[in-house]
Amino acid sequence: MTAAGLSAALASKEVSAAEVTQAHLDRIAAVDGRVHAFLHVAADSALEQAATIDHRRRAGEPLSPLAGVPVAVKDVFTTVGLPTTCGSRILEGWHPPYDATIVQRLKQAGAVILGKTNMDEFAMGSSTENSAYGPSRNPWDLDRIPGGSSGGSSAAVAAYEAPLAIGTDTGGSIRQPAAVCGIVGTKPTYGGSSRYGVVAFASSLDTPGPFGRTVLDAALLHEAMSGYDPMDSTSIDAPVPPVVAAAREADVSGMRIGVVTELSGEGYQSGVLSRFAEAVELLESLGAKVTEVSCPHFRYALPAYYLIAPSECSSNLARFDAMRYGLRAGDDGTRDAEEVMALTREQGFGAEVKRRIILGTYALSSGYYDAYYGKAQQVRTLIIRDFDAAFGQVDVLVSPSTPTTAFGIGERADDPMAMYLADLCTIPSDLAGNAAISVPCGLAPEDGLPVGLQVMAPALADDRMYRVAAAAEAAFTQRWSHPLLAEAKGL
Amino acid sequence: MTTETLVPFAEATERYEPVIGLETHVELGTRTKMFCGCTTTFGAEPNSQVCPVCLGLPGSLPVVNRNAIDYTIRIGLALNCEIASWCRFARKNYFYPDMPKNFQISQYDEPLCTDGYLDVEVSGKIVRAGIERVHLEEDTGKSLHVGGATGRIHGAEYSLVDYNRAGIPLVEIVTRPVPGTGADAPVVARAYVTELRDLVRSLGVSDVRMEEGSLRCDVNVSLAPRGSAVWGTRTETKNVNSLRSVQRAVEFEIERQAAVLDAGGRVKQETRHFHEENGTTTAGRSKEEAQDYRYFPEPDLVPVAPPIEWVAQIKAALPEAPSKVRARLRDEWNVSAPEMDAIVNAGALDLVLQTVAAGASPADARKWWLGELARRANEAGTELAALAITPAQVARVAELVEAGSLNDRLARDVIDAVLAGEGDPDEIVEARGLAVVSDEGALAAAVDEAIAANPEVVAKIRDGKTQAAGVLVGAVMKATRGKADAARVRELILQRLT
Amino acid sequence: MSITRDEVAHLARLSRIALSDAELDHLAPQLDQIITAVAQVQEVAAEGIPPTSHATGLTNVFRDDEPAPCLTPAEALGQAPAVEQQRFKVPRILGED
Repeated sequence: MTAAGLSAALASKEVSAAEVTQAHLDRIAAVDGRVHAFLHVAADSALEQAATIDHRRRAGEPLSPLAGVPVAVKDVFTTVGLPTTCGSRILEGWHPPYDATIVQRLKQAGAVILGKTNMDEFAMGSSTENSAYGPSRNPWDLDRIPGGSSGGSSAAVAAYEAPLAIGTDTGGSIRQPAAVCGIVGTKPTYGGSSRYGVVAFASSLDTPGPFGRTVLDAALLHEAMSGYDPMDSTSIDAPVPPVVAAAREADVSGMRIGVVTELSGEGYQSGVLSRFAEAVELLESLGAKVTEVSCPHFRYALPAYYLIAPSECSSNLARFDAMRYGLRAGDDGTRDAEEVMALTREQGFGAEVKRRIILGTYALSSGYYDAYYGKAQQVRTLIIRDFDAAFGQVDVLVSPSTPTTAFGIGERADDPMAMYLADLCTIPSDLAGNAAISVPCGLAPEDGLPVGLQVMAPALADDRMYRVAAAAEAAFTQRWSHPLLAEAKGL
Repeated sequence: MTTETLVPFAEATERYEPVIGLETHVELGTRTKMFCGCTTTFGAEPNSQVCPVCLGLPGSLPVVNRNAIDYTIRIGLALNCEIASWCRFARKNYFYPDMPKNFQISQYDEPLCTDGYLDVEVSGKIVRAGIERVHLEEDTGKSLHVGGATGRIHGAEYSLVDYNRAGIPLVEIVTRPVPGTGADAPVVARAYVTELRDLVRSLGVSDVRMEEGSLRCDVNVSLAPRGSAVWGTRTETKNVNSLRSVQRAVEFEIERQAAVLDAGGRVKQETRHFHEENGTTTAGRSKEEAQDYRYFPEPDLVPVAPPIEWVAQIKAALPEAPSKVRARLRDEWNVSAPEMDAIVNAGALDLVLQTVAAGASPADARKWWLGELARRANEAGTELAALAITPAQVARVAELVEAGSLNDRLARDVIDAVLAGEGDPDEIVEARGLAVVSDEGALAAAVDEAIAANPEVVAKIRDGKTQAAGVLVGAVMKATRGKADAARVRELILQRLT
Repeated sequence: MSITRDEVAHLARLSRIALSDAELDHLAPQLDQIITAVAQVQEVAAEGIPPTSHATGLTNVFRDDEPAPCLTPAEALGQAPAVEQQRFKVPRILGED
């Protein structure tokens, strides 16, 4: 059942929050042994929360739409009472003393937090294979990756373990997993959702966002979790764009849609390209005007990202030094603080994290800064200008969400460059800070695996892309005559 | 500790030209920290004023304290700086356990204030110290080093860290190198820090107490052979915790560096540690390479662009600079520069001003604070401000003397009593019955007695030696237990005898 | 070659990560490959293009100088590896005072 459906059923008291929560806990128990979406299932506290909601509803209290609806939370958000590991050994067992703002908002909305989901360590990766706790698996095919870094959240929703989930998107970590799992995932406008309590990977790129099985579900969660937060200096003080209303309108007639020339070609799986082309045709048949738009600097988005993100993360992850919390290794009384720090970080961090920290340290070093980090920030400006020029011609831009369908577990695990290519389509929006969504647009004929359509809108025009995504979804659902996920063979 | 060879100061400054520079950190007296709402009270229980932000917990984010920007602009304007129209914070990356994030949010190539100056007066000359920059950053936590002999880091077994101080706003003020001070270099350095301290204090933005760490100073010194156009290598000396230490540190470095250069060696560019006990400096831990802090703009904070109106408002509300106050008062009070220096050096200026504000004349206020009270402070080994008497009370005593109710002798008694905690001047006068005897009859009787008892003195006075009257005055004062008005007594004596 | 094994070792030390020789052997060539790839940004002509450090365009975000609730010492120290005298106990530090 969709979150929207559950919300209605709960509101009309057809079903209780306790029943809904229990049903999901049962589902988790049944399948998560194979999917491994969750790192921590908070059964007791979830049932408690559900009971409270039921009590308040019986008392006639007005409740928000998500009251009693279960949500899974990526383990990068701090949660009081639940562990927060960020998929890393260095934070194993860490219980933060404060809730992320978004977690607070979910609690205030009455959403029931089912647990914390698996992720690539510190949000670095596209497959969850970088998790210190083992990868999550794609419900479509358990030998394949569910995407990353928010792979756990995506798999949980795709496997019906949760109707909704939250994740973070820095280079594509919500949209790519959503695409390969056949669900909807949004990267809101940067600054549109609070980063307070989101363990930082790349501060100027990290964007918390929603997963849902439908566009409307994602929109409902988007609205509930987003908005200005005075605890986050980069938070935008403006109303949340009317994404739910837009998702309901789902009308693209007269809208100008731009296909980004640079986001296709070599490296893109043919089935992905063909499904994408069909999606574009579909949108045209719905009344949109489609043109091709060139964003010439998008070719440099990947290298720019892999300079900016590691640079910021090399600094953000310096705090993990064994002194105040987390793992402490090698403190046998003979070693000094620096040695203990170095041993702890050696043991506590995985290979990808180490690679990025070293890369970032390099890019920021005196003598290299201008040519690497500095240059990347200039490329970023050029990409923003490309977007600005493009949005001067069209209302939204479209592309595939990721060049291929879900690849096999182990296939790219030790080939960082190959892994990075998964972010090719999603990275430009992270660098520019505008909004982007991935919505399923079919299965690739060659492997029967989901393909995602990415829709990008200007910053603070998130509603625009929800409108287009919803229109596409409605048309596809009609064409397929069933939700895409019904075809998932994995479980 | 190695014993350094030194060249005596006078010799050193004859043959070498010192260039000095000062880097000062001022802890701002904002209610809350730079990036979070934790309070900043001095001396709180360890780790009782911390939150996710200043502890640098994963997921925490900084938000700039508006007052910290305001205070920094105040300091910048008072130092005649340009205020940036747009600037950013930057991360200074290095690992150290007292830094929760292992980076410090500071400012790098875009400081909030630049290009100012501070004039200091030394030996009658004005020395202008150029101010290169004034920027904002966050303070670190404090470590206790356990197990070593001295409580210092060397030889410690482990350390205990308190993060209460982490995140408190710090303003860093950096001078340009100051050449041409010659043998006055140590005094100029001290005068600069003193003037800076007084200026910052007058702005109300910090306590600026070196003993409490709200004013910290690093001293840079280099030497060049006299007449050389090329400046020498400079050293940076830390742990300079008092004004006197500033002076001594510069002196020692000049003597030490002169010896190195005399021997044909080269001064090492390094950070040195000042030792309070013996006024020397020793080399800090040598590093393999210079620190690369990998500065980059702080992505969690957005740029600061102080609106012109805000800066103008702050400028309009700046108080008169202490140096201007002193110059003005010198004129008003008609005192000389050395006299004014004496007042300032005794820490009496504020007290004198407050006493004047409470109703005393400037002359009286100065007389009491620099005379009797300074003596008392010296005896007690404390500062003037620490004496248990307020300017208002001093003003009242002066007023009573002015009105004739007290004479100087009695006034001193009253002051003693106030210091002893017996209450206000009026209470004491009442309780002890210390009013001047102004009853003419009683006075006349006492005068007659004294005259009768001292015939030889009387003869001298009649002879023309009127100074001898002092003896009779003394006798009357004794007889009245000091409560007579000495001038009136003298009048009466001379009336009778001449 | 964009980066040598020694340079990688040096960077690891700067980042306080005690890489083993085996790891160094494995990571160094990968990093070399990555750095070569990201160096592509240098192809872009960017004369006079300002760098973007903040995508939102926001400025002057401040908070009032008003106290807000903080953590109790127990909460602050609760997850610490070692505590003594209500402070974080850390191994001996070498270095400046």
